Amino acid sequence: MLVKEPAMETGPGMASPVEDNGRRRFLQIVLGGGFVASLMSFIYPVLRYLVPPATIDLGGDSVIAGKASELKSNSAKVFRFGSRPGLLIRTAEGEYRAMSATCTHLSCTVQYRNDTHQVWCACHNGMYDLAGRNVSGPPPRPLESYDVHVTGEDVVVSRKREA
Amino acid sequence: MATSRNSTRWLIAVLSLFAACGATILLLVSAHASARVASSESAVSSAAPEPAKTTKPAAPASATLKTPAPVLKSTTCLDCHSALDGPLAVKPESYNEDIHAQKGLTCADCHGGNPDETSPDAMAKKAGFKGHIDRKNVPQLCASCHAKGDYMRQFNPSLRTDQFAQYQTSVHGKLFAKGDTNVAVCTDCHGVHGIRPASDPRSRVNPMNVASTCSSCHSDKEHMKNYKIGTDQFAGYSASVHRAAMVDRGDMSAPTCTTCHGNHGAAPPGVASVENVCSTCHLFQAQLFDTGPHKAAFTSAGLPSCITCHSNHRIQHPSDKMVGTNAEAVCTNCHAQGDAGFTAAAGIKKSFTDLEGQINETDQRLKSAESKGVEVSEPLLKQNEARDWLTKARVTLHSFKPERIAEDVKAGQKIADANREAGIQALKESDYRRRGLAISLLTIFATTFALFFYIKEIEKKK
Amino acid sequence: MATTVTKIGNWLDERFDLAELTYPLRKKAVPMHKLSFWYFLGGITLFLFMVQVCTGILLLLYYRPSANEAFESVQYITTQVKFGWLVRSIHSWSANLMILTAFAHMFSVIFLKAYRKPRELTWLSGVVLLFLAMGFGFSGYLLPWNTLAFFATKVGTEIPGQIPVVGKWIMIFLRGGEDVTGATLSRFFGFHVALLPGIATMLVAVHVLLVQKFGISVPPKTEAAWDADPTARREMKFFPNFMLREMMAWYGVLGVLGVLAALFPWELGSKADPFLPAPAGIRPEWYFMFMFQTLKLIPAKVFFVDGDLLGILAFGAAGAVLAVVPFLHRGRRSQLAITGAAILALAYMGGMTLYGYLAK
Repeated sequence: MLVKEPAMETGPGMASPVEDNGRRRFLQIVLGGGFVASLMSFIYPVLRYLVPPATIDLGGDSVIAGKASELKSNSAKVFRFGSRPGLLIRTAEGEYRAMSATCTHLSCTVQYRNDTHQVWCACHNGMYDLAGRNVSGPPPRPLESYDVHVTGEDVVVSRKREA
Repeated sequence: MATSRNSTRWLIAVLSLFAACGATILLLVSAHASARVASSESAVSSAAPEPAKTTKPAAPASATLKTPAPVLKSTTCLDCHSALDGPLAVKPESYNEDIHAQKGLTCADCHGGNPDETSPDAMAKKAGFKGHIDRKNVPQLCASCHAKGDYMRQFNPSLRTDQFAQYQTSVHGKLFAKGDTNVAVCTDCHGVHGIRPASDPRSRVNPMNVASTCSSCHSDKEHMKNYKIGTDQFAGYSASVHRAAMVDRGDMSAPTCTTCHGNHGAAPPGVASVENVCSTCHLFQAQLFDTGPHKAAFTSAGLPSCITCHSNHRIQHPSDKMVGTNAEAVCTNCHAQGDAGFTAAAGIKKSFTDLEGQINETDQRLKSAESKGVEVSEPLLKQNEARDWLTKARVTLHSFKPERIAEDVKAGQKIADANREAGIQALKESDYRRRGLAISLLTIFATTFALFFYIKEIEKKK
Repeated sequence: MATTVTKIGNWLDERFDLAELTYPLRKKAVPMHKLSFWYFLGGITLFLFMVQVCTGILLLLYYRPSANEAFESVQYITTQVKFGWLVRSIHSWSANLMILTAFAHMFSVIFLKAYRKPRELTWLSGVVLLFLAMGFGFSGYLLPWNTLAFFATKVGTEIPGQIPVVGKWIMIFLRGGEDVTGATLSRFFGFHVALLPGIATMLVAVHVLLVQKFGISVPPKTEAAWDADPTARREMKFFPNFMLREMMAWYGVLGVLGVLAALFPWELGSKADPFLPAPAGIRPEWYFMFMFQTLKLIPAKVFFVDGDLLGILAFGAAGAVLAVVPFLHRGRRSQLAITGAAILALAYMGGMTLYGYLAK
């Protein structure tokens, strides 16, 4: 969209009277300056746009829930999956499990109990097993479970793909 | 005007442009096609499920699967009794489906007599024929097998054998022992000839059907006229959350009559034990209740816990409407203006309403910022935490200790405040963008004005 | 600075005979009369098209065209990518403005009779470009894969399905199947970023070249006056005078775009769920509204013909008539008829669009 600056060169068909040269020069400078300034105000956002953001977009179905070295056996962490919390558990045997952390009863955030090796909701004493199945208490449905893959240092949690 | 040389030039220009565009299109289309091939895997699995309009699967070659059927012992009894009417009628279908028949028992095992002979030898007193079993003999008859461990072990080792003993402790059993045959005996709930195991959804004692089975007597005004317990229990239960959980959500762990009253040992829990019964599922609320002032107050007033506020059968989904000092609230059933409980109730209600109001207001602010393009996923996530505290406070409520309840509300309030701040900041960010826009607009208008004056300038002499 | 430019100019001139190539541009003159301001519309439409190409390419860097990820990728653009909100809102607003100016440009050409001989092919390429622009709008609207777009596409692709004989095939071709699914999204994406831009670029080039070849048309009355008195003819050199004015117009439009994008950011909506029932109040974008409203008002059956079908065929016929307007222009009578029909069409389209919005 860059247009050749018309004021920069004198060509055929453009008379330039000597007495208005000063005024014309001034206007040319203002015009050139304004043009450059407006160009900067377009180019600046475009340049910033081109730089990819720090949080990688893996698509709506996957997130990096943490680092492989982060979780010890028999511990868990809550991570963000889209707009809802997810629970990443490292079992006593060292395996990873991931499931939605939103209790299916009244949407409290559940936690991992390292004494009973179950997922527990502190609001109304709901219990889930490590596969997310609701085993005791008020929760009416299991917790949605997710796939976990470890690629390099990253623990990636993704929604289950339909077969 | 246009010379032939000029026309030729134009023609060449147009044709070369066509060629260039054609090449560009080819390039774009092929690049697009190869990108599609590369992502076709993900496209295939991520495409919404196609409607099943493809070829129909081949019809199965075999006919429908034949389920194996139990081999029933033959009896002569049904030869006549299947054709008889009235009280002597026995439907062969119900007999065949009876769990006893399926396990190899016959009519004679309960009624005596000889199942291999025809009448009248089949029904000879000599053969031990008992005929119609009178109501007052039913429990004893059933217990003659079902209470014997070594006998029942032959059929189902994990079946309990204490049903009769339990029955004798129940209200039904106690009245029965006094000679009242109006009360329930085994056959009233389990059926007579078509008895199914409780796990069978068609069984009258399957959890889904227990309430209707109980109500077949307990909702009958005529039947219950001599007992002073009313007949509205089933109606109340049918309108309750427990019933809805089982029927609407299919939750088989939801309580039915026998869950709280017992099945064979059916009796209402005493005033002192209601809390124990409810707390088998609602543990936290009971534990909190025990720590608070209501426990002692209720006990001394002889009021049962839990059901005084929540009702025993017509248990509704609780809401904040139950708390407070207005007419709908349960607090005002006992508390009146001026007493400490009334003031506490008002304070608790206000704290709940305030917290909920702030969470909702912040939600709106955050959503508005999000629609303006500001990144607010973190505070939106933290809103869940604030809501969690409100949910917890509604449980902690059962301690009826204002300081304890205020702890949870304060924790939620703190998070809600932080999120509110985040929402305000987000909207400020949106404002910052508008200021950025204003600057770029200034440059645009400056350039436009400069253009205007420049045009004027170069055209002055013309 | 000037000498460097001159040096580069000379280098190019030695190889491409710049003087000859730029001669038409330097000679080009724009007729000046009371209605000359309408001449800006074509350039503004071109400018908006260029804005679309630039913002579109920027969006392409982050957008993902699959049903699973499309919505999230647009969300990512608007919330995570720096100034992504700006690029996206400009793209959406500029699309609507471009279609508005394209329609205005077309109507101005009708009323100023700029389609007359020898400019018939310019007109034809322009009409096709207008339809392409609406195709751009329709295909692009689905790309964020939100609820409104999903159902609007469902309804919108249902309509051509009613054309006899070929309708079903057209619908399947558009949808990539029987229903609107992820396959439709892929297909619309292909249309929107490859097929339509390719054809449109070619046609825009042809259209602009033809305008250069034939010069700017003068409305009949003015033309007659100037033929009678050649000294009354007023012209403005394109370069630099008209071009500077055009730059003012383009800058003004850019300012408007910026204001719209920042003060009225384009909504994201909620992700499309094919299994949910259609929400109340689905409607197409405003440039389809007059057709949508017409179809709603036509009774189910008109003289044994299906009402919807009649509507579709009527619009199809209108489009065909639009394309051949230059060939219908003969004597005085036909000229008046064309003007009259255009006024009616404008009133009808405007009225129906308003009705469509107010009637909800």
